[in-house]
Amino acid sequence: MNGNLNQRTAGAEMRKKTAAGEQGVPDKITPCGTSLSRRALLAGGAGLAAVQVLNAAAARAPGPAPGSLAYAFDAKDSVADKPNTFQDISTYNNYYEFGTDKSDPAQNAKNFRTRPWSVTVGGAAERGGTFHLEDILRPHPLEERIYRFRCVEAWSMVVPWVGFPLGDLLRRFRPTANAKFVEFKTLYDPGQMPGQRVPVLPWPYVEGLRIDEAMHPLTMMVVGLYGKLLPNQNGAPLRLIVPWKYGFKSIKAIVGIRFTATQPITTWAGAAPNEYGFYANVNPAVDHPRWSQATERRLGGGLFAPRIPTLPFNGYGAQVAALYRGMNLRRNF
Amino acid sequence: MRTFRWILKPAAFIACLAPALRMAAGAFAFGGYSLGADPVAALLHGCGRWGLNLLLITLCMTPLKDLSGSLLPLRLRRMFGLYSFFYLALHFTVYVVLDQSANLAAVWQDIAKRPYITIGLLGLLLLIPLALTSTARSMRRLGRRWSELHRLIYVVAILGVWHFWWQVKRDIREPLLYACGLGLLLGYRLWKRRAAPARVSVGRLAEIDVV
Repeated sequence: MNGNLNQRTAGAEMRKKTAAGEQGVPDKITPCGTSLSRRALLAGGAGLAAVQVLNAAAARAPGPAPGSLAYAFDAKDSVADKPNTFQDISTYNNYYEFGTDKSDPAQNAKNFRTRPWSVTVGGAAERGGTFHLEDILRPHPLEERIYRFRCVEAWSMVVPWVGFPLGDLLRRFRPTANAKFVEFKTLYDPGQMPGQRVPVLPWPYVEGLRIDEAMHPLTMMVVGLYGKLLPNQNGAPLRLIVPWKYGFKSIKAIVGIRFTATQPITTWAGAAPNEYGFYANVNPAVDHPRWSQATERRLGGGLFAPRIPTLPFNGYGAQVAALYRGMNLRRNF
Repeated sequence: MRTFRWILKPAAFIACLAPALRMAAGAFAFGGYSLGADPVAALLHGCGRWGLNLLLITLCMTPLKDLSGSLLPLRLRRMFGLYSFFYLALHFTVYVVLDQSANLAAVWQDIAKRPYITIGLLGLLLLIPLALTSTARSMRRLGRRWSELHRLIYVVAILGVWHFWWQVKRDIREPLLYACGLGLLLGYRLWKRRAAPARVSVGRLAEIDVV
């Protein structure tokens, strides 16, 4: 299910139109890009790129329905749990930029513009700059992974995300030895994001990972859900998913990536440091000061479904526990 | 009298019941209603919200009586108070039965460990004697002590708003609104005590009571 190439001409046009001060991430010219292409070939079999970009050219071209993505299913990294419905996943969202009620984002993000979109990469990396989203995505074959999603509010879902490993993207920017952490930033646009007109949190939203967490193969850059382009309320056009951490770590609508030497001050951890930590690993043994994290309500089970036990690292302990060996997870919550 | 008994009172009754009917319709996916992706949370929060709303509405009746000069608000007051108790008892039931799957050990642990749950439950327990002594008979029997007892509603309302405030993650705008409303209602009573206008005696309350 890969090898969708009909965006390549559109991409070339896009590069020509590139504004001064911005530059595309060349995936053919630079050594970095070449190696990525080769990697993509290896990973995707025959495919060079699997992103179908929803633009006029792509919409006119014959092929899959607009909004649908070409991807390969990654069974190895997927859980066997039954995914929640698209309806549940796309109408029950914590996305304060579009309102603090769970149903607000689906309402208020309807007309959010996700194209054109660019991402500014900076800090301790050799190849920083501002890149068109299309150039960010082009070299990466997409895969679908069914992940557990655990909110800090003690509910959970199972979600079929479509995306690619964040590490593959980060390596293209050639982080230097000083890059110990990665900081992500959400778009700040109160005109489009009504929640940002209210100082519920300091805007824009900032999240961060330790570099080894960011490079971990389970950490995903997500562009799709249920095989289609990510709905706006779920963080389109580009969001992070770190399945072993509470949902608030998985920042949405990313416009900035910064490699830093020191631990970034992230939004929730900065706003309420006694309640939300930088690491925010799912941990049934460390309660939120006001509520228990020992169990969770798996949504989709109806009124009488009992709560289920929360697993350390959200069930991904076998893959990620080694990242935190020797750390006091009660202190570094 | 007739209008009150046959129109106003039933209308208020149905209006108070409407949120419960809506939630029930949502629970059974009736008539296109839905409780959304997290039906347990929807019921839990819906009942808590309406319990608190009706508690504050109950507290509005005395100022309304003073402003309008009519005793009508006092005759609706008990219904609002009882409905508040109804929704809050339902709120607690949803928490125990649906949210905690009737795991009483977990519930007990929660109550002991989580201050916002402790004060919420305390508020609900304090409402029980008020609900039990809401009849005209109790008013007559308890006399002055009835008024004293029913001042507990001020404590219950403070605990209720506090409980709401304490479990909000970050956006305190709504609990703040409730706190301001409650502040006004309690402030009015403090101010009135200083001004000391005529009060409606409990005996008179029992008289105007239409059971």
